[in-house]
This record gives sequence, C-alpha cells and structure tokens, in this order.
Amino acid sequence: MSIFQELADREHVFEFLTQVQSPVDVRHGPILYLEDVNVSFDGFKAINNLNLTIDDGELRCIIGPNGAGKTTMMDIITGKTRPDTGSVWFGSRHNLLTMNEPDIASLGIGRKFQKPTVFEALTVFENLELAMAADKRVLPTLTAIMKPEFRDRIDEVLEMIGLKDLRDRLAGILSHGQKQWLEIGMLLMQKPRLLLVDEPVAGMTEQEMERTAELLTSLAGKQSVVVVEHDMGFVRSIARQVTVLHQGSVLAEGTMDQVSNDPEVIKVYLGEEA
Amino acid sequence: MGIIRSLTLLLIALVSVSSLPASAQDDDPGRELLVNLAEAPNSGVEEALNAIVSSGHPRARGWLEAYGNNRLSRVKDTGQVVVVLNNRGRDWEIANPLTGENMGEMSRRELDRIAINNAIRGQLEGILAMLDLNAPDPDVREASAQDMMGKVDASLIEPLEARLELEESAQVRNRIEEALAIYRVGEGDIEAVDVLAGSLHPRARAALNQAVRSDDPVLAKKAGQALGTIEQKLKLNRAAETLYFGLSLGSVLVLAAIGLAITFGVMGVINMAHGELIMLGAYTTWGMQQLLPGQPGLALILSIPAGFMVAATAGIIIERSVIQFLKGRPLETLLATFGISLILQQLVRTVISPQNRTVVTPEWMSGSLVINDALSLTLNRMYVLGFALVVFAALMLIMRKTRLGLEVRAVTQNRNMARSMGIRATRVDIMTFALGSGVAGLAGVALSQLTNVGPNLGQNYIIDSFMVVVFGGVGNLWGTLIAGLSLGTINQLLEPWAGAVLAKIIVLVFIILFIQKRPKGLFPQKGRAAEG
Amino acid sequence: MSSSQNWLLRPFQERSTQIFLGVLFAALVVVTFLHLFMPQDSALHVSAYTVTLLGKYLCYALLAVAVDLVWGYLGILSLGHGAFFALGGYAMGMYLMRQIGDRGTYGDPVLPDFMVFLNWQELPWYWLGFDMAWFAFIMVLLAPGILALVFGFLAFRSRVTGVYLSIITQALTFALMLAFFRNEMGFGGNNGLTDFRDILGFNLRTDATRLGLFIATGIALAIGYVVCRAIVASKLGRVSIACRDAEARTRFLGYRVERVQLFVFVVSAMLAGVAGALYVPQVGIINPSEFSPLFSIEIVVWVALGGRATLYGAVIGAILVNYAKTVFTGVMPDAWLFLLGGLFVLVTVFLPKGIAGLLQKRRKAKTDDDTPTGQEATA
Repeated sequence: MSIFQELADREHVFEFLTQVQSPVDVRHGPILYLEDVNVSFDGFKAINNLNLTIDDGELRCIIGPNGAGKTTMMDIITGKTRPDTGSVWFGSRHNLLTMNEPDIASLGIGRKFQKPTVFEALTVFENLELAMAADKRVLPTLTAIMKPEFRDRIDEVLEMIGLKDLRDRLAGILSHGQKQWLEIGMLLMQKPRLLLVDEPVAGMTEQEMERTAELLTSLAGKQSVVVVEHDMGFVRSIARQVTVLHQGSVLAEGTMDQVSNDPEVIKVYLGEEA
Repeated sequence: MGIIRSLTLLLIALVSVSSLPASAQDDDPGRELLVNLAEAPNSGVEEALNAIVSSGHPRARGWLEAYGNNRLSRVKDTGQVVVVLNNRGRDWEIANPLTGENMGEMSRRELDRIAINNAIRGQLEGILAMLDLNAPDPDVREASAQDMMGKVDASLIEPLEARLELEESAQVRNRIEEALAIYRVGEGDIEAVDVLAGSLHPRARAALNQAVRSDDPVLAKKAGQALGTIEQKLKLNRAAETLYFGLSLGSVLVLAAIGLAITFGVMGVINMAHGELIMLGAYTTWGMQQLLPGQPGLALILSIPAGFMVAATAGIIIERSVIQFLKGRPLETLLATFGISLILQQLVRTVISPQNRTVVTPEWMSGSLVINDALSLTLNRMYVLGFALVVFAALMLIMRKTRLGLEVRAVTQNRNMARSMGIRATRVDIMTFALGSGVAGLAGVALSQLTNVGPNLGQNYIIDSFMVVVFGGVGNLWGTLIAGLSLGTINQLLEPWAGAVLAKIIVLVFIILFIQKRPKGLFPQKGRAAEG
Repeated sequence: MSSSQNWLLRPFQERSTQIFLGVLFAALVVVTFLHLFMPQDSALHVSAYTVTLLGKYLCYALLAVAVDLVWGYLGILSLGHGAFFALGGYAMGMYLMRQIGDRGTYGDPVLPDFMVFLNWQELPWYWLGFDMAWFAFIMVLLAPGILALVFGFLAFRSRVTGVYLSIITQALTFALMLAFFRNEMGFGGNNGLTDFRDILGFNLRTDATRLGLFIATGIALAIGYVVCRAIVASKLGRVSIACRDAEARTRFLGYRVERVQLFVFVVSAMLAGVAGALYVPQVGIINPSEFSPLFSIEIVVWVALGGRATLYGAVIGAILVNYAKTVFTGVMPDAWLFLLGGLFVLVTVFLPKGIAGLLQKRRKAKTDDDTPTGQEATA
C-alpha cells in the first residue's frame, strides 16, 4: 500500500499509533509471582509475608475467611494498592509495582470486582464495547469506529453470556446475576492473559452457577484464571488447585481434597462451615 | 525660658499637694488667680501663670489650655473670667472656669479676650507637659514623659532632672532618662547613646540617626552600633507581631472552619451556607446590643449562647428542609446550600439593611496590651484567639467524651453498622449539623469584634474555611486547628513583601499544589474506610 | 449507535442535534429578519438592544454547554468555569483595546488609557501581539486551554475528584479574581478593559456590527454544540460516562482516566473561552467580576435547571435563567437573589434531571415504550 493510499484510508491504523505490547514472558512457567508481600492499614496487617505463584494457563481458586486479605491481594496485583514491601511480577519481565492500573490492565490482567460494577448508564452492548481490547488512548478512542468485526465479536460474547436479548438495554436495569455475567463478558472482551475474578457467583441461581463454572473451566488453559470465592460448592465444582489464605498469608495449598483434610484449615475456616 | 524652670521647680516641691479640697465657689482661690492673670501686665504674666501652676488647682490644666487657645475671656460688666466653649457667630457659649458649669450664651461684645503673647504661648506646651509630669497618676506621668521625647530643650533639662530624683515609678524614670538622652545625644554627649541603645521609641532612633551623621567620628560610630542593636530588637518584635497577627488570623480561620470540619468531615455534607451561618451569629451580636443599649459587654456575653442557638436552629432547618433529601449526593448538596446562602444574604439585606452594622466593642476588650514601644497586642484579637481555643477544646471534649461524640464517630465510620447497633443515624445527623452550625454562630459572634458586620461577611470566609478543612484533612479536628493557625501565619508572613492580595493568592495556589501532593490533606484518614 | 465513519459528522445523524440546529438557525434568521425589515415602530421590530441581549444569552448558552460537557458527561463539577470564560474575554478585550489605537482619551498610539493613567512606560510583554486579530483569536483558545491543561494535569493526575475538585476550582477562580483586581497585573485592575471602538475594522457601536456579532455567536454555539455532541457520541464520550460512574472500573479496563478527563476538560475550557471572547464585544466591557465564584456557580445552576448530560438542556437553562434575570433585576432587583437561591434548592431537590428530564419523561409517556424502569443517565 502506498503512503497515499494509507493516508486516504481512514480506517488504517498507522504503525506508530499502535500500542507496542510487550508480550508476557512465561518461559519460566508462572505468569504471576508475589513474593514476601506486606501491606498494613493503620497498623492492621492486611497482607503478611504473602508468597504466591500462578502458573500460565492455570485455574486457581483462593478461599479464606473474611479479612483474610483476598480483596487486598487483588488490589495489589491490579495496582490499586501499593504494598509496603515485597515484589509482584507478571511473567518474568514486568514488575507490576512500577505500573498503574491502566498499564496493568492493558498488559493483560483483567479484574472482576466483588460487587458487580458495570456502567449502568450505558447499554449492555456499549459496556462490552468499552471493555474490548483496542487502542485505549484518548484520541484513538475519540475517532474510533465500530467495525463489523468488532460488532461480531461483541455479539459472540453476548451470546456466550446469554444477554443477547438485552443488547441495547441500559446495564442499570439488569438483575444482579445478569450484571455478574456482563462483567464476566467484559473480562472476555479484554482478552486478558490473567483473569482475576472476585466472587463470580454471588447472587446467581443454581443454573447460572453451573454455566459460570463451565465458562471458567473452558477459559483455563488459554488464559490463567484466579477465582476468589466463598461458595464451597462452586469451588469444589471447578477447582484443581486451591489456596487458602488466612490473616494475610498462605495457610495451605493443594487440591480441594488435600486442603479440606488439612487440620489447620479445618480449624480456621472449614471448621466453621461444618 | 526662665519661667518654665522656676515654675516646675516650684511644682515639684508641691507635688504632694495633689489637689485642694472641694470648696465653695466663693472662697475658691482660683477666682483670684484668674483675675490676676487677666490683669497682669506683660511682665507679670509669668508670675501669674506661676501662681496658677503652683496652686495645684484641679482645673488649672483646663485654664492653661483655654488660655493658649485664646478662649479665656473676661465679662466686661462683672469682671468675671470665663472659658469660651464655642466662639463662632455673634453669641459665644461660655462656661464657669471654677466649676466647668455651662453658663449659656453671651454676646461676644460683652466679652474681653485675655490676650496671650507669642513668647508665652511658645512655652505653654512645656508648662502643660510639666504639669502632667507632676500629676499623681503614674500613667499620666509616663504619657507626658513620652510626649516630651524629642521635644526637650535646654530649659527643660533642669526640671526633668529634678523630677527624675523624685520619681518612684521605674517606667516613668526610663522615659525621662530617654527624653533627656535624646537631647544630650543631640548635643554630642557620647555617654547618652548607651541609654538610647535600649530604647525602641522612634524618636530615639531618629536622634541616633542624626548622631550617625554627626561630625564627631566616635559619636557617629557608637550611634551606628546602637542603631544596629535597636534594629535587631525591632526585627524580633516585628516577628513577634507578625506571629501574633498570624495566630489571630489563624484563630479566626479555625473558628470559621471548625464547624465546617464537623459537617463536612463527619457527614460529608458540603455546606456552602456555612458562611451565612457565621453571618447570623454576627448579626445576633448586633441584635443583642440593640436590645441591651449601653451594655455592650453584657450583650456580647449573652450573644455567645444566643448566637449558637440562632445558627444551630438555622442549621437544623436547613438540614431538615433540604440536606436530608440529598443524602449521598454531595455535589447537589453543594448547589442547594449555595442557594440557601444566597437567600440568607438577601434576607439580611431586605430585613435589616444592605449596609454594614456597627457592633460595639466593650471597654474591657478594646485597647491593647503594650509590651514595649514597638510591640503592642490588641486585646480584642487576644480574646478571639482565646475564644477559638476554648471552642476547639470544647468540641474535642464533645467528640471524645460524650455519647453524642461516640455516636457521631460511629456513624462516620460505618453508617449501616451504627444503625444496626441501634444508633439513630438521622438523629445523629441532625445533632451533628446543629453542632457544626452552632459553632459557625460562635465564629460570627467572635468575628463581629474584628470586622464589619454586613450581608457579605460570610462570603468572605467560606472559601478560606474550605481551604483550611481540605488542607488539614477532612474529618480531623486537630488537622483543622493546625491548618488554620499555620495558614493564618503563612498569610501574615507573606504579606509584608507580597502585599495582602498577592499573599492570599500565593496561599491559595499553595493549597492547590499541596492537594496535588496529598489529596487527603495534612492528616488523612487511613485504611479501608477512607477509600469509599 | 451511529454509523458515520467520521466522528465529527456523527452528530448530524442524530435527531436531537438536527432539531437543535434547526431551531437555532430558525431563531437566527427570524431575529435578523425582524431586526432588519420590520419598521422601527412595529411591535414585531427587534431593536439593536434586544439583538445584543440575545447575543449575550447565546454566549451564556455556549458557556453552559461547555460546563455540561464536563459535569454531565464526565462528572466533574467545575465551579471555576467562569475563569476560562473570563480569560477568553480578556484575550478578546486586549485585542479590542489595541484596536482603539490613538483614539483613547490620552491619545497614546500604543498604550491603552489605563496604562497611561498608571504611568506605564511601555506595553508589558504579554500584551505584545494582541494588535493582530489572528493572534488574539488563537489566544482566546490557548489562554483558557493552557490554564485548564496545567490545572487539570495536576488535579487529575493526583486523582482529586468530586467535591474536592469543585472546591479547588472555586479557589482557582477566586485567586484569579484577586489577581486581576490588582492594577500591577496590567489588565486594567478594578475597571477591567472597556471603551472599545471596533472589531476587525467594523465599528462596534453600529447596529450592523451588533447583528453580525449576534449571528457569529449563534454560529459559534452551533459549532460548539456539534463538537460536544460529537465527543459525546464517540466511544470517548462513552468512556467519559464510564469515568463518571465508575472511575476505578474504567481504569481496570485499561483507560487512562486522567487523560480522558484532561482532554474533555481542556476542550470545555476552550469552548468557555470562545463564549467569553464573543461576550466581551457585545457587552463592551470585561472586568474581574467575571472571575467571581458566584458567576461560576450560577452557570452550574443554568445547567442543572436545563438538565444535565443533555447539552440542549444547558442551552435551555442558560437562556431561561438569564431571561428571568433580565426581567427581575429590572422590575424587582431585591427579589432576584431570592429567586436564584430558591432555584438552586428547588432544582436540586425536586428536579434533579432538569427541564430536559421533564421533556424526556413526557415523550416517554407518549410513546410508551416497553422499558419498565426507563432509567436514563444518572450521575
């Protein structure tokens, strides 16, 4: 294509405008390392010498009682909270502690919040459109065009999360479960390497839960998924590897069976349920 | 010049005779003294004045002043000496010099002015000053001695020295010594420079400045050194004064902002009508003084509870009628309360007046505490500073030690949890808002003593108050105190070289930049609760 | 979802924009016609005074649109937009001052009267270039734009938002007001800039120039509206709404929220500057009172009354409130502040979506679509 053709073609994205995304270096296996991480709020140790590694393509469930530091851990990985000490690496190339939220997000870490946060004043379609992997700088966003292939991709995800009929309705009118699904859909649109999912099935019906489990297990392999969940039944249904957090550090790690037979774990957590 | 010298020596001898016992008019020796003065030939005036001064008559000063102003006259018919009160027009108003009683008007044709020649007039001031210097009241003596600084001439040296011998008050002695030293330095006396080196009086500095330019190199050098010492002391005093003004301004800011810190910090409510609540407090003071004419002090003290109640009531009305409907919508609350502030301002303009009202400062609050010649602290500011600290301490107590304070803190930290524990959050809201508003009223009462009371009073303080709260950290009363006092001081420190307006701008820009660095203020609330 | 490929052309496909532009141009044509072709004594004649008054309203309308862009769509309640308006106005005022030339009272060919009066020897450096129209017109955009850029960069970078930001914007305009009151600033101090003669060679005191300015303002409003509409209808507009409603979430999607905020804020400030620049030649004066916090917050109530996040609501609100102000300050000046104050309270408590919200509700009731809750943009 000659330079003139390039200039005439409005849809052409110039080479220098495209974001150079440095790929994640996972040659050593793990996609996420947390080493000796400590955070305290006003003297309260929310995270205490936490060490955790997530392998590429792994589906990991993290459980733990309230205040175990699960959400704080997510905050640290996504750049919302800075730890007092310790290091956090994405692959073996990217030091997450030097990056801010949008940088980390565009690196390929997606996050679903505990409380579903969708953009209620936008339609379901628009919510997904905003989440879509694209050049997210200001001017490219201003001049962005809805290409047919984008539309197809959004529709595909709509189908996947079962919100096709609500495509052009405002997200604010969705039920709690539907919002959860929409948020998962937004994660999918981001095409992340690592998904952080905080309590995905809260407020969902049995049926919806099953579909969520199906979806999450199907994602694993291509993407790494970290699920924080309270619902033991749900964890049992998807988990291969389970990490138990307690008072800001790892208490036990292993398969669901191993973990649920660990006397320590029974004492602090499962014991309460039983 | 002989007259003053002889006169004052005489006076000093008489100093113990403070005044004659009150006597019937008829046998008042003053009558004769005045007649003597009136009838004295040019050469006898001195003697007549002499007699008046040495008589120690309590009204002698008044006569001499009237004499100097050409207001001493004789009634042609009776020969009685009178003081002319008003010499405009055809008929003059006159008074009895012995009693001070007004005698009505009399045609100027019937009056004969007692003439004063210029030689005598020139000395009259010195005579009067000496008269005061021998007064029984040490304050009068000190003022008079201070008055003499720089005005001493050769004729006064001897009487001043004589006075110095007798003087008991150390302050008056100091003054007289300084007055003498100024003269002596002017005459080239090198020793006298030492006396002036300790003085902060501008006249002492003027004398030294003269001396620096003297032909005598020793004197000039010594005077230069003395000036340096004085300059050092002045600098220190100026710094103390700036600090005082800064703390005073700061205390005003603290008073204005602390109510806001409660409503904004605790309830998250932006009350733009806060300034107008301050205004209401100020107008309450004015109203009280209208109700109790002649007793400004009592009215002011009563205004403290009254101002609190008025502003608190207004606050409750605002909370119930508007703010409770805007829970969780801070920006809307900001707009609505701004509307209320406009209404309150206009209400005052319509009902009372668009003009400023004067609030009288009671006697015990006016005047100033004189530390030295270069430093005097105005009393009203000192009272306001103390008042601000008392209000702050009281609020701290309420927040820390009372049930209300506990409930307020509980609701601030976790509204839902507090409610589920049986705290009636709505009631706490009302009480908090009333408290914050009431404190604004108190600020108004205090401000009425410092500035004009007018409809715009509140507007002038609202932005500053917000800046203090934001700077100090929302929800932190200590932060507000420190922020208020330091912003006040910074402002005063900047003023001398930047000017008042520019100083204010610099402070505003400083805060804007500060917020960039520390968005949560000097003393931020930490932890999870602060995130939401 | 509009289909145009060019983001700037998208608004023209929207029905609301078409209606808005239609009404605006019709109004311009009608006023022009009534002014030019109706006899002076006719009841339908629109006097030059009224034309200028209407022009002033249109300036305010453009200003309100600028405020609505940041408040309605970005959730930033700026209480300092008067500052950008005034800066644009001062840039224009400086040009108009230089155009007076030696016709001033003191007859100095270069220095404006107030500088001669204050014994200034030469023009301060920042007045240089303002004798050239093109330079002044660029400064109309740049002066408020750069202020917004610097201020916004600092504020948004450190994530100062919500009420804090509002208070700080208010402090900003307050500080500028104090600064412009100073004679040493070289902007005429208290009195500001006034006694203008002509603009681009046209005498400002003739009816024809006034009509021209009115039409120019109308066109500026149309352009400003379309630009705002285009931003709002773009993906960036949707990202703005996302920032407004869930800032943290937007960040986790990979958008740099502070840059979005900065971009929109600067555009808005520039529009405010244009409004100020058109305002000055019509009212014939610019002084520091335009920086007063009261004016800035008044703008917000125009938008609130008209209805946030609609843009056309801002126009309606600005014109209504200012018409009411003209009427009331003439008839019963004391009542105006009561009315304005009451308006603040009533709109926020009872009419949170403004007039536009009422219109939408009525239309919705008429067409009765199947949305059960029918939630519109909520802030």
